[in-house]
Amino acid sequence: MANDIPTKATLTPFDRPNSYVGRNLSRPGARRAVAGRGTYTDDVVLPRMLHGACVRSPYAHAKIVRIDTTAARKAPGVALVMTGAELAKRCTAPWMGTLKVFEGMKSAPQYPMAVDRACWQGEPVVFIAARTRAEAEDAAELVEVAWEELPVVAEKKTALDPKTPVLHASLGDNLAFRKLIDTGDVEAAFKAADHVIEETFEFGRHTAVSLEPRSMIADWNPANERLAVYISNQVPHMMQYLFSRTLGVPEHNVRVVSHDVGGSFGMKIHSYGDEVAACAASMMLGRPVKFIADRLESFLTDIHARENTVRAKIGFNKDGTITAFDIDDLSGIGAYSQYPRTSVFEANQILNITAGPYKHPNYRARATVVYMNKVPTSQYRAVGHPIGITVAEALVDRAAETLGMDPVEIRRRNVMEDNSYPRLTGSGIKVLDLSHQACLEKLVRLMDYDALRAEQALLRNKGIWRGIGIAAFIKGTAPGPQGLYGAGGAPIAAQDACTIKLEPSGNVICAVGVSEQGQGVDTVMQQIAATGLGVPFESVRVISGDTETTPYGGGTYASRATAIGGEATYQAARKLRAEILVIAGALLQSDPKVLDIRNGVVVDAANGTLRIPLSEIGRIGHFQLGELPNDVQPTLSVTHRYRLLDLPYIFTNGIHGAYVEVDVDTGFIRHLKHWVVEDCGRIINPQLADEQVRGGAVQGLGGALYEHCIYDENAQLQNGTLADYIIPMAVEMPDIVVDHVQTPTGQSELGAKGAGESGTGAAPGVIMGAVNDALRPFGARVTIQPMTPEVVLQALGKL
Amino acid sequence: MKAPKFSYVRAESVDHALALLDQHGDEARILAGGQSLMPTLNMRLSRPQLLIDINRLDALKGIALQGDRVRIGALARHVEVLNSPVVAKNLPLIAEAMPHVAHVAVRNRGTFGGSVALADPAAEMPACALALGATFVVQSSKGRREIAADSYFKGLYETARAVNEILVEALIPVEKPGTVSVFLELARRHGDFAMAGLACHARIDKGVIAEARLVYFASEVRPTLATRAIAAIKGKPWNDATRDAALAALADDLDPMTNLHGSAAMKLHLQRVLTRRAIDQAVARARAA
Ligand SMILES: Cc1cc2nc3c(=O)[nH]c(=O)nc-3n(C[C@H](O)[C@H](O)[C@H](O)COP(=O)(O)OP(=O)(O)OC[C@H]3O[C@@H](n4cnc5c(N)ncnc54)[C@H](O)[C@@H]3O)c2cc1C
Repeated sequence: MANDIPTKATLTPFDRPNSYVGRNLSRPGARRAVAGRGTYTDDVVLPRMLHGACVRSPYAHAKIVRIDTTAARKAPGVALVMTGAELAKRCTAPWMGTLKVFEGMKSAPQYPMAVDRACWQGEPVVFIAARTRAEAEDAAELVEVAWEELPVVAEKKTALDPKTPVLHASLGDNLAFRKLIDTGDVEAAFKAADHVIEETFEFGRHTAVSLEPRSMIADWNPANERLAVYISNQVPHMMQYLFSRTLGVPEHNVRVVSHDVGGSFGMKIHSYGDEVAACAASMMLGRPVKFIADRLESFLTDIHARENTVRAKIGFNKDGTITAFDIDDLSGIGAYSQYPRTSVFEANQILNITAGPYKHPNYRARATVVYMNKVPTSQYRAVGHPIGITVAEALVDRAAETLGMDPVEIRRRNVMEDNSYPRLTGSGIKVLDLSHQACLEKLVRLMDYDALRAEQALLRNKGIWRGIGIAAFIKGTAPGPQGLYGAGGAPIAAQDACTIKLEPSGNVICAVGVSEQGQGVDTVMQQIAATGLGVPFESVRVISGDTETTPYGGGTYASRATAIGGEATYQAARKLRAEILVIAGALLQSDPKVLDIRNGVVVDAANGTLRIPLSEIGRIGHFQLGELPNDVQPTLSVTHRYRLLDLPYIFTNGIHGAYVEVDVDTGFIRHLKHWVVEDCGRIINPQLADEQVRGGAVQGLGGALYEHCIYDENAQLQNGTLADYIIPMAVEMPDIVVDHVQTPTGQSELGAKGAGESGTGAAPGVIMGAVNDALRPFGARVTIQPMTPEVVLQALGKL
Repeated sequence: MKAPKFSYVRAESVDHALALLDQHGDEARILAGGQSLMPTLNMRLSRPQLLIDINRLDALKGIALQGDRVRIGALARHVEVLNSPVVAKNLPLIAEAMPHVAHVAVRNRGTFGGSVALADPAAEMPACALALGATFVVQSSKGRREIAADSYFKGLYETARAVNEILVEALIPVEKPGTVSVFLELARRHGDFAMAGLACHARIDKGVIAEARLVYFASEVRPTLATRAIAAIKGKPWNDATRDAALAALADDLDPMTNLHGSAAMKLHLQRVLTRRAIDQAVARARAA
């Protein structure tokens, strides 16, 4: 990875010699994990702890006529058998997965477990707590549920047909939400365009598949009426609100702790009924209750994503100018809209970001979101982006093909200019500080694009069919209060915070509201705090993932940790630095303005002469306060909160390239090489940023090539194991070359934008483009993901 | 995903295991490498009362050349077969196929006998054993008997082994000089069970296919010897006409299953692609030899 040399004449504080910003420091957490000393939720064992298991609905839609728990209650080791109806009585109110920003959106009230009707296969029905998980599963088999099957809504395409049964009678129909964005005059633009092309794309439902499944321990202490929840999660404060509100425990009496988290990808930012049931069970028993979803439960009950069909149209002229895009999305969500973030974000983001890099003046985008008898879909890494980017990039490629123009050239002609910001995207979103042109040119160099084209041509003569894909993107990151949660009324912190403290030893404790799931958030915060304060990296300890010890924050999702939490940490460190300099000034009888902190020591700013180490400030500030004048009362502890001011998101941009080989006899796709150039603003830790991009790209490629939750016509999941639901493995994945353009955001002093999803969003689109490029000599095109061998062979007309 | 309760006995001898099988019948299961058995227990897809662990039975172990046959003990781990010089020298088909069996961790525990006993339709070893005309030795408390691979694989996970019998070993004729073998399979990811596969053993004299055994797996309920396709190529030079005849005949030999991995039509298509490639390769190997 090559870091850009800052082009600005003035150097920033981050270019100082003892700055940790822009440096590859290894993660303390990695060492712990490698040493086998991580603390995942299942590693936590509490005294008198019980284990939970669920009886789940075997049907996608069925009435619960009767539940007989007699035998289960008598089974060995069983402490509690709780039905959905019993749990509902302990809940303050049902969940309602709507947000007021989504005008006209409908959802039905939902209890954590099915009460009198199950609406998807896998919905929890009865929760059992027993001495061991095995005994809980034994007892679950003894629960007798009399079911009456109800008609199933399994297909999104017919969900709104009058003949299709209505899932929730109170809603009138199966429509969750409709939205239209219409800027310019699309119809007129299509009439005027030299060419108009239309195509339809299908995306298969898939899911996050975190290595560590959803895992939690609920520990209710009847003596002080406090609930502690250890949970593998991304959003401790949101979970605190959720458990508090659902079970009526005052918020300050709920503590949520997320120790090490073994992957999450957006899947662990939602409400899950079995987790509430485990809390209720602990409250009823006065004992800790552990619940670990097994792999089958994960496939059945973790949120899914991206079951979409998109019909799309592009209008363009002979010179390659794109004049209009028109897209029509149909999203099939689940039986409910997931509380509290809703299930319509996917559709909403598709509308927002499709064709986002381009200058077309006319844009129309429609979304129709429908309910079905499947597990709810909701936010999963790069929400909506893989779909919107695939669609737009495929159409841009078609336009290039129609004109006989190179795919790079058509993008060159249509991306927004780097000097044209601020401006609006076709969807009406304000974007700032983007770098499409710089990223495109860097990618072309990085790929050695012309050489690849030459090789492709040469190999075609030998019957080897290779293809090159290019996919540009914008990515919404780091939502602020004007984003959809904030404006929509969701109980999710729209800011983030850092509390930083100087300890008597002169070392630093830095507690942050953003959280760590293995991606290195803690390390990045440590680098930022050390830089902002002027202390050695090793002297800072970061605390995250515990509502009891961290300032209120939103956790980590939507590529927000570094952009939002990082700025909060930076500003907190700067404030603490200022206070330390005031104290030092008083002690040294110097003007604080002439002092600086470098490497943990207060020095003369002008010449670096050592004046007083922070250990002395710590000692005096905590123990020997008598040495200070009366008007200096140190706090040595600063909390700073940061929020985005005038934007809903910090948009970022980038571009992917892919080189694939298609076996046209078998339909197998070999991914040879992948490139990403992206602009996440100022990079704190280049290695961590690169690995986010790589991991993200692999996850995107998984959805494009392999991953698919396959349901039959009765909405029964057919592939609930890792043998049948296949995910990309190292052997099948290509080398992924990552590079960056750094355009710091003007929204913060740190200048960091989000990076965590930039790999994911464009990966499906770029590989589909590459496959279609390979198939071009055969006149074949693939428009279905995942691109299984069967899909490719069908496109080739071989089946 | 926790197994229901079961009892466990570590067999001290083959006779001990057989006595337990007699006593418990269908309620008992042999535990070899456990790589297939344990997942089905954990998912509660099967619930035997008793597991009879045969892992310490030396009589079932080992790989050795015995005259013109290689004996592979039922307990030979996949990794041992993979690394065996005896197999590499005498059974190149199996040596070529073994890297496709699962992943390192699974190969370290999984056994040759477990594969043959289970008879997963997508497993490589049953197909190879059938292609090479292996004989399986099974034993009950009444004694031993030999079952030819040709009559061993009966259906989906169904074999000629009786409930009270243990698979003891496989006796596999060495691949004779002048013969060639080719193993090909298509799996979405390396190490996955295949969606189509072919184990081929042939004698090709000066470009003419004198003899051939083509065994297809993964697409079928059991490893399947393609008698019609074999008839179409036997005694013929490998040219366009022979190829077309073989590929056409394959439609009668095979009856592919439609499942999650693809439609019957696709699997037939893939098996035809593999047929073409495998015999091309066999001819090339014969020429090179
Ligand atoms: C992730 C994964 C991927 C895999 N991929 C492949 C693959 O690509 N190709 C492939 O071929 N296999 C694959 N396997 C299966 C693996 O090869 C198994 O090891 C093998 O099928 C069974 O061998 P085992 O020794 O583990 O048998 P076990 O699991 O112990 O037993 C399997 C069955 O055979 C019976 N049995 C075992 N030994 C005997 C015996 N001597 N006599 C009588 N009955 C016996 C058992 O009672 C049981 O019913 C995979 C397994 C896993 C977990």
